[in-house]
Amino acid sequence: MCLGIPGKVIETYQENDLLMAKVDFGGVRKRVCLAYVPDAVVGEYVIVHVGFALQKLDEAEAQRVFAFLAAADSLDELQVPSP
Amino acid sequence: MAPLADSFGACPVPKSRYDHITLGHGSGGRLSADLLRSIFLPAFDSSVLASLEDQATLPFDVRGGRLAFTTDAFVVRPLFFPGGDIGRLAVCGTVNDLAVGGVRPLFLSAAFILEEGLPLADLERIVRSMRQSCAEAGVELVAGDTKVVDRGKGDKVFIATSGIGIVPEGRNLSIHAAQPGDRILVSGTLGDHGVAIMSVREGLEFETVLESDCAPLADLTRVMLEACPAIRCMRDPTRGGLSSALNELAVGSNVGVELDENATPIRDEVRAACEMLGLDPYYVANEGKLIAVVPAADADGLLTAMRGHPLGRSAAAIGTVVSDHPGMVIANSPIGGRRVVMMIAGEQLPRIC
Amino acid sequence: MKYVDEYRDGPAARKLVDAIAAAATRPWTIMEVCGGQTHAIVRYGLDRMLPATIELVHGPGCPVCVTALEAIDKAHTLAARPDVIFCSFGDMLRVPGSQGDLLQLKAQGADVRVVYSPLDAVHLAAAHPQRQVIFFAIGFETTAPANAMAVAQAQRRGLTNFSVLVSHVLVPPAIAAILGSPDNRVQGFLGPGHVCTVMGTNEYEALARSFGVPIVIAGFEPVDMLEGILRVVRQLEAGRAEVENAYSRAVRPEGSPPAKALIDSVFEVCDRPWRGIGTIPQSGYRLRETYRDYDAERRFDLGHLHTEESSLCISGAILRGLKKPHECPAFGKQCTPQNPLGATMVSSEGACAAYALYGRHLEVSSPNALLRR
Repeated sequence: MCLGIPGKVIETYQENDLLMAKVDFGGVRKRVCLAYVPDAVVGEYVIVHVGFALQKLDEAEAQRVFAFLAAADSLDELQVPSP
Repeated sequence: MAPLADSFGACPVPKSRYDHITLGHGSGGRLSADLLRSIFLPAFDSSVLASLEDQATLPFDVRGGRLAFTTDAFVVRPLFFPGGDIGRLAVCGTVNDLAVGGVRPLFLSAAFILEEGLPLADLERIVRSMRQSCAEAGVELVAGDTKVVDRGKGDKVFIATSGIGIVPEGRNLSIHAAQPGDRILVSGTLGDHGVAIMSVREGLEFETVLESDCAPLADLTRVMLEACPAIRCMRDPTRGGLSSALNELAVGSNVGVELDENATPIRDEVRAACEMLGLDPYYVANEGKLIAVVPAADADGLLTAMRGHPLGRSAAAIGTVVSDHPGMVIANSPIGGRRVVMMIAGEQLPRIC
Repeated sequence: MKYVDEYRDGPAARKLVDAIAAAATRPWTIMEVCGGQTHAIVRYGLDRMLPATIELVHGPGCPVCVTALEAIDKAHTLAARPDVIFCSFGDMLRVPGSQGDLLQLKAQGADVRVVYSPLDAVHLAAAHPQRQVIFFAIGFETTAPANAMAVAQAQRRGLTNFSVLVSHVLVPPAIAAILGSPDNRVQGFLGPGHVCTVMGTNEYEALARSFGVPIVIAGFEPVDMLEGILRVVRQLEAGRAEVENAYSRAVRPEGSPPAKALIDSVFEVCDRPWRGIGTIPQSGYRLRETYRDYDAERRFDLGHLHTEESSLCISGAILRGLKKPHECPAFGKQCTPQNPLGATMVSSEGACAAYALYGRHLEVSSPNALLRR
């Protein structure tokens, strides 16, 4: 399940007592409910499913898989780091 | 491998479960094709109609060539969208159906069905847009009709346009003419129109700079055919998107199509909107683009000619005609796997899964 | 698109494929639970890139497919009412009930509307006080925060013309049902990335322990899935059975506490029938008593519904990973995306639909020839 895509918070505002945001997905923008990620600030990325931000994206974690792929010189070295 | 249509046509289950028209019948995919095959073609019994080209080239000589004739009907909601309106669609749609047949379009007719209550200001805006589009396309609107239906019986405006033009002697573009080895070119970015419409559709609205690509292509096709008379076939990938056009080509010429996903030009915003809604850009409508099938030796020359034209700046070679898997379109996925690009059944709907 | 494109990188994907091939010394059967993951596998041809020793089987990861036929029929009954605006995610429009689908109902005059977010249905209710607005609240745990917020908002705004038809399903009980089945073949799992974004990873620890299977929480892009598969294979080769989080850019072990809190205040766990599988205990959500006013099943008389499944459909076996779509005699013939007979063909995320969308039925006569190079 579930189509969740990453987008960047452009603006936050209140509507009907709900914390909302305008989120940019690669050039298209949509209103998204930010109630579940209230500490997200402009410029941060969130994962959005059916118009709701569910979580902030962690940049350091996002790089993890590429760091070890880049470090591997041979397949034997392709050690997956422990969680 | 049997042509695509046969796999589903051989179904032993009793006839289609649809006995009313549904939205899927208008989406340019398999349901639309079924409607043609099961109702319209048998009724009208015309070999010209049955060849299923985008335009009818008639066995009727005129000075300089043969007469070509086409018709199209337009319904769109909303009437006015970023980059165009129903009037511009109505002119360009018919002009382009002629243009992709190598026809020089000359005259259009337009019939309007207007819903009671439509503001006159809207009608004026639509008609002004049509006039401007005709001027761009170099065609003259010479006949028309208007009818009004009761409030609630029509979706504000329906427009049907017919167009007539001339095919020079000796020119025979056809969906049946592709040969293994031929290259497939596209005139520009895919999915712009459909995404622009969706961006203003109730329930799905989003903000974007995207506009419909709606434009008349007759001048581009003129330039293309002058540079490359050997073009086998052209199509405009409207409803059903690139996928429908390529599948129709594969079936029409009984050839396979290999599509290079890395080569298909798609704007970032179109990609993003499709990701957001769970849509595949290959199924999204285009209203100012065409695909052209050309012998391999001529592909580079044609591409240069297209890129020299304002409506072909982002032209690209996106695929090849092959003798394998006739009737099927197979795409080389961006990461190296392969997948079949099936013709869409009905309408593509946004998804959450 | 940032956080998307890099996970579709060809060279990175191929490096991971090679690593999987090097790591696997014997055959392994791995199940992905999410429909979105199934879709990615077939769309990118990932299973065809993997060594033949790795078999990917598809789980019941599509909440659209597993929505009980009875729930679909209830939805259709409600949508047909003239006083109702029936709102739904796009996925549900073509799901056939015992008699046709929502799109056909729309063709016959029902006011059926696609919405992107459950809040859009709430806005519609506010804008049309004289109509009843019903929202079809389906999904896994991923969609529960959104559906819960819609109900909470309707209550906060005092909207008496808004209600929901709830058919939520939960992933961990489904995994338990599959692993607990005597004919289970699944040895390792790719866990549901976005479900875990909401719920965290705790529930999966218990599953890994009790059944002795590795579960790697994975994302949805090719690099995510391949990394997940690599981690599962490494665990299997080493005889480990742990939960690993390979989607750590979005998943925290605790999930989203505010989302879980609102889900818990609006919904409670209940038994739920899964189309093609049967009732799985404690595998669904329903509205809590405090919100039962917003339950469309309470508000409207649904009459007596007679539901009838196709006898040809083998969805149950497909959803449990026992059979592949092309092993079903009806696949591509009586049962197509145009005329789906059952659960796994009805939505674009179901295994059968994914296979049909990407033309796998056309290879039955020459397996692998077309899609391996």
